[in-house]
Amino acid sequence: MQATALQGGLNDPPRQSAMAFRAIMDAMARPGRIEDLTGAEPPAPLSVAAGTVILTLCDPETPLFLAGAADCQDVRDWVTFHTGAPLVGAGECMFAVGTWGELPSLDAFPFGTSEYPDRSATLIVEMAGLAAAGARLTGPGIASEAGLNLPDIAPFQANARMFPLGLDFLFTHGSQVAALPRSTRVTVAEAV
Amino acid sequence: MQEYNFAYLDEQTKRMIRRAILKGLAIPGYQVPFASREMPMPYGWGTGGVQVSAAVLTPDDTMKVIDQGADDTTNAVSIRKFFERTAGVATTTVTGEATVIQTRHRIPEEPLKEGQILVYQVPIPEPMRFLEPRETETRKMHALEEYGLMHVKLYEDISRHGHIATAYAYPVKVEGRYVMDPSPIPKFDNPKLEMAAIQLFGAGREQRIYALPPHTKAVSLDFEDHPFEASKADHPCGLCGAQDSYLDEVIVDDEGGRLFVCSDTDYCTHRQEAAR
Repeated sequence: MQATALQGGLNDPPRQSAMAFRAIMDAMARPGRIEDLTGAEPPAPLSVAAGTVILTLCDPETPLFLAGAADCQDVRDWVTFHTGAPLVGAGECMFAVGTWGELPSLDAFPFGTSEYPDRSATLIVEMAGLAAAGARLTGPGIASEAGLNLPDIAPFQANARMFPLGLDFLFTHGSQVAALPRSTRVTVAEAV
Repeated sequence: MQEYNFAYLDEQTKRMIRRAILKGLAIPGYQVPFASREMPMPYGWGTGGVQVSAAVLTPDDTMKVIDQGADDTTNAVSIRKFFERTAGVATTTVTGEATVIQTRHRIPEEPLKEGQILVYQVPIPEPMRFLEPRETETRKMHALEEYGLMHVKLYEDISRHGHIATAYAYPVKVEGRYVMDPSPIPKFDNPKLEMAAIQLFGAGREQRIYALPPHTKAVSLDFEDHPFEASKADHPCGLCGAQDSYLDEVIVDDEGGRLFVCSDTDYCTHRQEAAR
């Protein structure tokens, strides 16, 4: 294990994770809203926001799937040292992290059962940028409508159709996070 | 070192509760099971609400705690002191200044804004528990969206009393999917469930967390010929004169003299101050 694996954690976990969770919760409660999220300094290729989500929500009880470039020795060592989360395949994970292109198709992840729809994966999708424009979002948490530059449309529409089953998404870029829970209906924004 | 961990709970417990809150927000109205901890207060005194508050509080928050609308009753005072001591957060009784409000059985009269969080203490989270005691069955009913039993209960109210006699813990349907118990708030408060703040519900003994994101549709169940009605005592407040607030009836002397007063003490105080 490299010494870098020991660094980049939270200096004051109770307070920093409380602040980080508030940002994540505000994002999840208001789909499409972009929140600042800092605290962790994870090894490349993870963004600050993705690393902070992992330190805030993951522990030995939450199997984590690392997709593509995120599945490197540096990240594995860092996650294991700071959270103790078991690293597993997509089919058994509670959390997954990677870029949209690297994550497998959504049906590879657990999407809950009709009696326990909460037993589903949360995907942390690393983005090249976040902007409040693009796909049109409506549903709980949104007063009229919101916009977010989703990396795709059809898979998120299919995910929302499964409600109350389905996956929940956190989109991360740099020190920013936005969310798309399964309850949000996604449509293509009309061209202006 | 002689301090509690921030907001009392250990970090692993908070992570577990936080994950449940996120799933609750993603599936509005669905009761997420969580591993409720023993708290330094008995079940029935708000252990679920306290655990949810502990998981969402940040050092920057200002907290308000109400019990049936009042800031100065035993339950409210002791929970407020608990968080002053274990989280070091600022506290207030002013609804508009609070960022986190823990409540037992009321929604404040003043409309809540974006940026505020309302945490409910819930005794029995399952709306159909008194109709069907088996958890395995109610879980199946939620899975199949089979809510006929709930309508039969409301219908029996009508056949027996001529109107829907359920006055508190009045069930709502959330976003057309899950039937949810809004905790024992008076049905007067039901229309306020659609608000700009985040609403989190914690049931400690029953080990369930559920949530309503802002602007989530929560429709009170009713019938076309017996529409839902948000009722209250037909009086003005005896202290501030408010016509639009929920009232408590209090006995004021040994002769059986009665007074109707606002249940929301902060709302009533501000109205009295403004009138002076």
